[in-house]
Amino acid sequence: MSGRDFLRRLPRTGFGLGRREALQQRLHIDFLLLILLLVLTAIGMSVLYSASGESMVTMRRQGIFFVIAYVAMFAVAQVPVHFMRRMAPWAYFGGIILLILVLVIGVGAKGAQRWLSLGAFRFQPSEIMKLAMPLMIAAYLSKRFLPPSLKHVFFTLVLIGFPTALIIDQPDLGTSILVATSGMVVLFFAGLRWGYIFLAIVAFVASLWPVWHFMMHDYQRQRVLTLLNPEADRLGAGWNIIQSKTAIGSGGLSGKGWLEGTQSRLDFLPEGHTDFIIAVMAEEFGLLGVLTLLGIYLLAIIRGMMIALNAQDSFGRLLAASITFTFFVYVFVNMGMVSGLLPVVGVPLPLISQGGTAIVTLMAGFGILMAIATERKRVMRPQKNK
Amino acid sequence: MSETQHFKDYHRETRIFWARLAVMSVLMLALMGVLVYRYHHLQVVQYQDYATQSDRNRIHVQPIPPTRGLIYDRNGLLLAENRPSYTLSVVRERAGDLEETLKYLQTLVEINANDLEKFYKLMHQRRRPFEPVPLRYNLTEEELASLAVNEFRLEGVEIDAQLVRHYPYGELFAHTVGYVGRISEAELTNFDEDQYRRYSGTHSIGKTGLERYYEDILLGEVGNQNVETNARGRVQRVLERIDPKPGGDLHLYLDVRMQQTAMAALAGRRGAVVAIEVKSGGVLAAVSTPSYDPNLFVTGISFADYRNLNESIDMPLYNRFIQGVYPPGSTIKPVVGLAGLDTGFTDARRTINDPGTFRLPNTEWVWRDWKRGGHGSRVDLKQAIAESCDTYFWDLGNRMGIDRLSEFGSHFGLGELTRIDIPNERRGVWPSREWKRTVRGQGWYPGDTINMSIGQGYVLTSPMQLAVMTATLAHRGVRIRPQMTERANGKFLAPIIEDRFDVAEAHWDAVFDGMAEVMHGARGTARRAAQGAEYRMAGKSGTAQVVSIPQGAKYDSEALKERHRDHALFVAFAPLEDPQIAVSVILENAEGGSSQAGPVARIVMDAFLRGKYLLPEEPEAAPVARQPVSGPQTLARRMSDTDGVN
Repeated sequence: MSGRDFLRRLPRTGFGLGRREALQQRLHIDFLLLILLLVLTAIGMSVLYSASGESMVTMRRQGIFFVIAYVAMFAVAQVPVHFMRRMAPWAYFGGIILLILVLVIGVGAKGAQRWLSLGAFRFQPSEIMKLAMPLMIAAYLSKRFLPPSLKHVFFTLVLIGFPTALIIDQPDLGTSILVATSGMVVLFFAGLRWGYIFLAIVAFVASLWPVWHFMMHDYQRQRVLTLLNPEADRLGAGWNIIQSKTAIGSGGLSGKGWLEGTQSRLDFLPEGHTDFIIAVMAEEFGLLGVLTLLGIYLLAIIRGMMIALNAQDSFGRLLAASITFTFFVYVFVNMGMVSGLLPVVGVPLPLISQGGTAIVTLMAGFGILMAIATERKRVMRPQKNK
Repeated sequence: MSETQHFKDYHRETRIFWARLAVMSVLMLALMGVLVYRYHHLQVVQYQDYATQSDRNRIHVQPIPPTRGLIYDRNGLLLAENRPSYTLSVVRERAGDLEETLKYLQTLVEINANDLEKFYKLMHQRRRPFEPVPLRYNLTEEELASLAVNEFRLEGVEIDAQLVRHYPYGELFAHTVGYVGRISEAELTNFDEDQYRRYSGTHSIGKTGLERYYEDILLGEVGNQNVETNARGRVQRVLERIDPKPGGDLHLYLDVRMQQTAMAALAGRRGAVVAIEVKSGGVLAAVSTPSYDPNLFVTGISFADYRNLNESIDMPLYNRFIQGVYPPGSTIKPVVGLAGLDTGFTDARRTINDPGTFRLPNTEWVWRDWKRGGHGSRVDLKQAIAESCDTYFWDLGNRMGIDRLSEFGSHFGLGELTRIDIPNERRGVWPSREWKRTVRGQGWYPGDTINMSIGQGYVLTSPMQLAVMTATLAHRGVRIRPQMTERANGKFLAPIIEDRFDVAEAHWDAVFDGMAEVMHGARGTARRAAQGAEYRMAGKSGTAQVVSIPQGAKYDSEALKERHRDHALFVAFAPLEDPQIAVSVILENAEGGSSQAGPVARIVMDAFLRGKYLLPEEPEAAPVARQPVSGPQTLARRMSDTDGVN
């Protein structure tokens, strides 16, 4: 297949020299992905500078987290892939235990109980689950015959469902969606039969009616309605989305200019430096800025998918695909919710939104991708066997 | 590599992965496309809507209040000015916990119960949203500083420099200049669209007197500015500004020194004085005592202060010179006499025999002259006026009849609004057959005419009407509308002639003779009041019986007795040869018109014609009313420089 050959060679065409490839192998770094990440980091920092009201405190904090995140990425990239597979169950069950601990002795803020306090340091076990989940599911499924049988699908669903339920319970809808997605994607790429997928969709839709009418309280229904249509609540949940749409829309094609966004800088836009940061960018850089950012994301995703394609075995392939697709889900859910397409569920914009541990987790994920990308090639290439 | 993998179909797994990846890629690209579509829709298709929305968010139009016009007396002294005052206001919508904010503010500045009471009153009125409600006026430097230091903790608290109306002469001009006060709920409700706009930056409105009458001129035209505000409403910068047009100034005929003199002449007694410049109709002085401090009303009067003013039996809020209507008594006799001359029912030489009683043919009722035994057997018009002979006018009125009397009196503005430039004047009564039929539902009796001939019965006049009547007499039939204001917004307000009628010169002279005799004659009733005068004057006294006392009022017997006494009235003009000033005086319950009210008129005329002002010892001191007339007085002689100072 010539197309396949082309895709496989694509990474090498940019860096045609064998020496560079050797260097990548030795450092366990994918240069193309690294450059894309650095570009995103630069964009993120400059948008955050504006969104935070030129706060040097925020910039320093974010800078420190980026340094930690890049170090984490580099460290994770050095870990052999087969070691990752062996450690997957430990990470997964360790994560589950921590999630249970959160429920028991966790500390919270704004009505959510998400953190474990270790002295001065607070940390969020659900972040571990973001990586432990795809690791575990990929490790589990890659050992079975693919496509997976109904029994394994069932076990996989249990493995996905349990931590997801724990995270929803915190409550943290955004993270639970990301965690569940990262597991489901592995199942999908492993070849989950279309019939099952179709049945699941039918079952889901069919269950909506009884759940809505018999299992939910009025206040829960109200909350769901507000989630689905925030603009009905103009001064509460609707305020954010109205202001963010106004920010995005008033940016126009080319934006109001860096540091010139009135919606964000005059504080009309809430959460402008965290979940709603794309609104700041859209206001200041316009549609062209949004498309540029989207393009860079797309390149990073394509690169991730190529790494998945070139992975040495099913485990690496499934894991890389899951991490990459989850990254896409981050982008899509965030940009969708800020622009009023999706309910507001609390997903940050990767590498742009302010946030400490989320960035470290994200970059550790890219570390896994790089580890997969730079895994030593086996002698026998599967494609040549054909 | 684990054992199981040897048995796996590697190629099949790869094929599945490729297929799934293709599906996933299509899905991702489709979702990306949805995002692109969405952002394109928001940023390009709906750009205008959201750009407008964004501007509406941040740009607010703020009205800039115009500076209210100033009011000057005829010599350019300021009667109403605007003083800068720092006002602490709270914006309810932004203040969060109001009680908490107020409690905290109380630790920074002094806020007494009175301030709080006014604040809550204003707050519960209908307001424009986000309109600051004033809490404390006249902040001191220290208070400003402590507020500035803690500004960051005071969300929704505003300090602004406002111009607040101030009346430097206090109660001296309370009934003429009037006062401004905060726009009330009722006024706000009655505003039309244009007024709502014009008052958008202004908190106060003319409530009484000239402040109310000339509101349109004094107000000015509101300006505005577009300001950029943040989400918390704080102004970040001004984008565009249209300056307000300040209100027009008023230059009055009123003279501070004349007011002070009139006030001093009344010497704390209840009453009113009006002095009119004969040639122009300009009001030189108009006072009503007791008075009150109009400054109390500017920023909102407290309940206690208002109750004190409103429930006082002396009724300081009551404007006696336009709202007080009293029987004019004998003060209208010159007009009745002139009517007789003009209609030919008497002449200067005609005499009557006055036995001291008067009786209509075929009736029992006897009218008795104030002087027992009468004024003699040969009483002519001059003597009748000079001695205020009732019988002469009863006879004359009876022969003339109601219709002639009624018609003639109207020329002098009796029973008509003077249309002076302050609001709320009362019309009084100058009866006619028509009037009695419509108001009383009764026919006119000859006895009514008898009473009317000496200013009793149904007749009621305000001191302003009497002053207009006197000025019309002095001007020989030219009735000019009385005006407080000479120039408004730089424009001269020409005198308006309300009526002009012809009476033979000899008739005027005859009546003037009689009125001069009142002052200068050997038996003139007010000869004491004219003693030592350097010019000749004409006058007429009057005494009005007190008909009733306000209902429901409880007075002790001594006070009751005092308030049953007759009112003393006096009208006069001078100099006789070329009249310049016409004066009317009423002293409530003071009895003798000539002895009590006459000297007041004399003092006022002396002030205007000879510069003999009675000024308070401290030029700026507000209370001038309590100075005794007969004690040692500051008689300051000043050049009567009547040029206004701009």
